Amino acid sequence: MTSEQDKTASSDNDAREVERIALQRKRSIAIAVCLGLLVVLFYVATLVKMGGDIAEKAGS
Amino acid sequence: MSDIGIDRPRSDLALPVGGDVKDFVALLKPRVMSLVIFTALVGMVAAPGGIHPLLGGIALLSIAVGAGASGALNMWYDADIDAQMARTAARPIPRGKVTPSEALCFGTILSVLSVLCLGLLVNWVAGALLALTIAFYIFVYTMWLKRRTSQNIVIGGAAGAFPPMVGWAAVTGSVSLESILLFAIIFMWTPPHFWALSLYRARDYERVGVPMLPVVAGLVETRRQILIYSVLLLPIGMSPWFIGLGGIAYLVTSSVLGAYFLWLAVDVYRIKDDDTDADARAKRLFLFSIFYLFALFAVLLLEHSALRLIGWLA
Repeated sequence: MTSEQDKTASSDNDAREVERIALQRKRSIAIAVCLGLLVVLFYVATLVKMGGDIAEKAGS
Repeated sequence: MSDIGIDRPRSDLALPVGGDVKDFVALLKPRVMSLVIFTALVGMVAAPGGIHPLLGGIALLSIAVGAGASGALNMWYDADIDAQMARTAARPIPRGKVTPSEALCFGTILSVLSVLCLGLLVNWVAGALLALTIAFYIFVYTMWLKRRTSQNIVIGGAAGAFPPMVGWAAVTGSVSLESILLFAIIFMWTPPHFWALSLYRARDYERVGVPMLPVVAGLVETRRQILIYSVLLLPIGMSPWFIGLGGIAYLVTSSVLGAYFLWLAVDVYRIKDDDTDADARAKRLFLFSIFYLFALFAVLLLEHSALRLIGWLA
């Protein structure tokens, strides 16, 4: 392989690595958003299932 | 000695860059998912009693994610044949966007999460039915039946028929005759629907060794089976009216569309092997079958929504 080809291949690899990291970041953000939504969903659904007057129920 | 190995650019050897979020969404089979959401919604609306809107939304979301997870697991298992079929070659795994192990992890995690959400936040009857749906689709249909028997989609079709039953159970916490009938409509609809598709995709299935009915029993027998199931589908499609689940609009829709479905099935049955428009006629039945199922469930949805609206206004 010539040094010119080496340079081209190396810059291709760099570009792919940058693209890979960008995609990985996007996936990580998507997973974080989904987990956050799941926590909110469980919290709100628990409130709905418990019904109103939670303080009253706790006192009785 | 060839210099291919020496001169190949190193970028060819680099690791794939991986899938984008949209590739993972594609793993969920969004089009199938939308039909699942729709039929599950009909099951929920048609069920007696009510459910808090938030819990209803969670039930639908869980059912949708569960269905999507089954799709991802199906793509993981079938990656080898997907790559060889025109209809499935553009899926994320054959394109190299998502690795099989990523699809397996993704599908497994979403399956567990969807069942847990439905069980913990709605009720465990619905959760158990969703787990059964996923397990049936993966273990019974994908892994066991699909590559072994021409009856694969007859039995495996049950997996696609469960969603309205899960929706019904999410509201009532039980399984009843009405929800079993909704199941039966989709169950009986699946064979003529898929076999109509396989009539003009038979070569694809033959190439990858999937024993679809046209490949194993031939086109004539497939057309005969389509007709038999279409005859059975007509009364089953109308049956919700007989037990009061559907109203007069449902009766009219199911009989008119059912009769037309049967007419198209007869037309397909009468195809001769040298007919040049054979594929077009099979495709017409396939497309109409989608409309038929959508229309039946849409009328049920409208009737029950109207009844609920009248109940609230009164």
